[in-house]
Amino acid sequence: MANEIALSHYLILGAILFGLSIAGIFINRKNVIILLMAIELMLLAVNMNFIAFARYLGDSAGQVFVFFILTVAAAESAIGLAILVVLFRNKRTINVDDLNQMKG
Amino acid sequence: MPLIFTQLQLALPEIVLLGSTCLVLIVDLFVSERSRGITYILAQMALLAVFITLLATSVGKTSDAFSHTFVRDALGDTLKLFVALSCSVVFLYAKNYLKTRDIPFGEFYVLGLFGVLGMMILISAASLLTVYLGLELLSLSMYAMVALQRDSVTASESAMKYFVLGAIASGMLLYGMSMIYGMTGSLELATINTKVLEHQHDIVMMFGLVFVLVGIAFKFGAVPFHMWVPDVYQGSATAVTLYIGTAPKIAAFAMLIRLLVDGLLGLQSEWRDIVIVIAIASMAIGNVVAIAQSNIKRMLAYSTISHVGFLMLGVLAGTPEGFASAMFYTLVYTLTALGSFGMVILMSGYGFEAEHLDSFKGLNQRSPWFAFIMLILMFSMAGVPPFLGFFAKFMVLKSVVAIDLVWLAALAVVFSIVGAFYYLRIVKLMYFDTAQDSHSLEISTDMRLLMSVNGLLVLLLGLKPDWILDLCIRVFPLA
Repeated sequence: MANEIALSHYLILGAILFGLSIAGIFINRKNVIILLMAIELMLLAVNMNFIAFARYLGDSAGQVFVFFILTVAAAESAIGLAILVVLFRNKRTINVDDLNQMKG
Repeated sequence: MPLIFTQLQLALPEIVLLGSTCLVLIVDLFVSERSRGITYILAQMALLAVFITLLATSVGKTSDAFSHTFVRDALGDTLKLFVALSCSVVFLYAKNYLKTRDIPFGEFYVLGLFGVLGMMILISAASLLTVYLGLELLSLSMYAMVALQRDSVTASESAMKYFVLGAIASGMLLYGMSMIYGMTGSLELATINTKVLEHQHDIVMMFGLVFVLVGIAFKFGAVPFHMWVPDVYQGSATAVTLYIGTAPKIAAFAMLIRLLVDGLLGLQSEWRDIVIVIAIASMAIGNVVAIAQSNIKRMLAYSTISHVGFLMLGVLAGTPEGFASAMFYTLVYTLTALGSFGMVILMSGYGFEAEHLDSFKGLNQRSPWFAFIMLILMFSMAGVPPFLGFFAKFMVLKSVVAIDLVWLAALAVVFSIVGAFYYLRIVKLMYFDTAQDSHSLEISTDMRLLMSVNGLLVLLLGLKPDWILDLCIRVFPLA
């Protein structure tokens, strides 16, 4: 039994993925597309948590939630990429450091 | 009647709104550029239909539908009525502003209506899933609305910032929700509330609570998750700022109540300390930084942050009176913000944005009546009696004092006095400085009328705040 994959392993994996996505958002100063990828990763980390808990609890509600998250994430990246196109047309750059028109 | 029909009847206002929004979307596609007014009229009629169905299907008691994911109660009905009302006012204020500018007219109204749908679902949420779906429908509409001004560099930049930070907040909220689900084994807020006490000292539960609070604080724009507010308010078109700054605050309040009170009331002693820190930080940073602003939209953004801190005081009191006072504060703030952002739109003429504080200079010489309306609004925001804002602040402070947190109430008063400076500065600019341009304001009749009603309501309701206050107290039954 010692070799079995327990709930905690999934949760740790979820936490690592979540931490990676946060790091990706805050360390990255180059490219907005990488930000969008990090956001997707963050939602996947949440999905990992939900599925692990749903399996552990024997309750399907968590898995249903995951389907909704996947759907909303698709809509979210569609809007994100659309805003990115508008931004690039206006500024001719998608460098995170160049998003500095407004301050205070 | 079969069960499914009674359930559908509970959600009838949402269904009506969804249907009519799709109708507006399709009609807008086929009408010519000149007859775009039809879209506006249809959007207003959609909100009117929501208003009527809300009143007609109101059941008076709490009932839930769709496997405990959707709840219909007095709190929800009242908040939804105010959301529909304030959005209707926003649509009217925005109409001429949008017509004279290069902003897609129909899309603003369609996205606005979808946002209202999201707010209504969020307000009626009885499960973590519905909270998330309502919130995302609202947020996605708002991201798109900020980006509506396609040729503006600042609008697209603020849309990007809003989108990225909003998505992070949604991610954090979801991560917290997953932990709460894992600990309690349920997505339903009512079940969570019964099971939460068993896990009071669980570290995973605490993580879940903190992440959920981060999500809430972000959507409210409370410190330390406030960085998007000034940029988004300043960068987007004033009509969009008006939309973002008003009705979604009511929805955010509903989200706060649903998650923290309906779902996690058992952890009150844990979340109270966190909310105290958020409230103090919001009042401090909001009020102090607002002084340094020269852009009125940015100044009002920081003022929003400080007001959010103030209404959190009512919530952290944790008593029915406290929740009622926070709700009263939210509604009063929404009414006043409608007026203030409406004034910014009203001052903006053809191809001219009244964004700078200086554009309010000498308003009294150009239009004494609207200078007076702005005076009422600014006094109300500052909390001067007998205006409505004073009673909102008073009720919140009363509920904080009632739980023996007198130091907190005193601190709140100090920050309010700091805040009075930048509201009174506008009054000074309007009455004691000379106007930079002497053109009289060109205002349409409907806007002139509604703006006057809006301003006078702040004064008249301030003289008689009882009925709104009763409304708020009635929806929070004494436990």
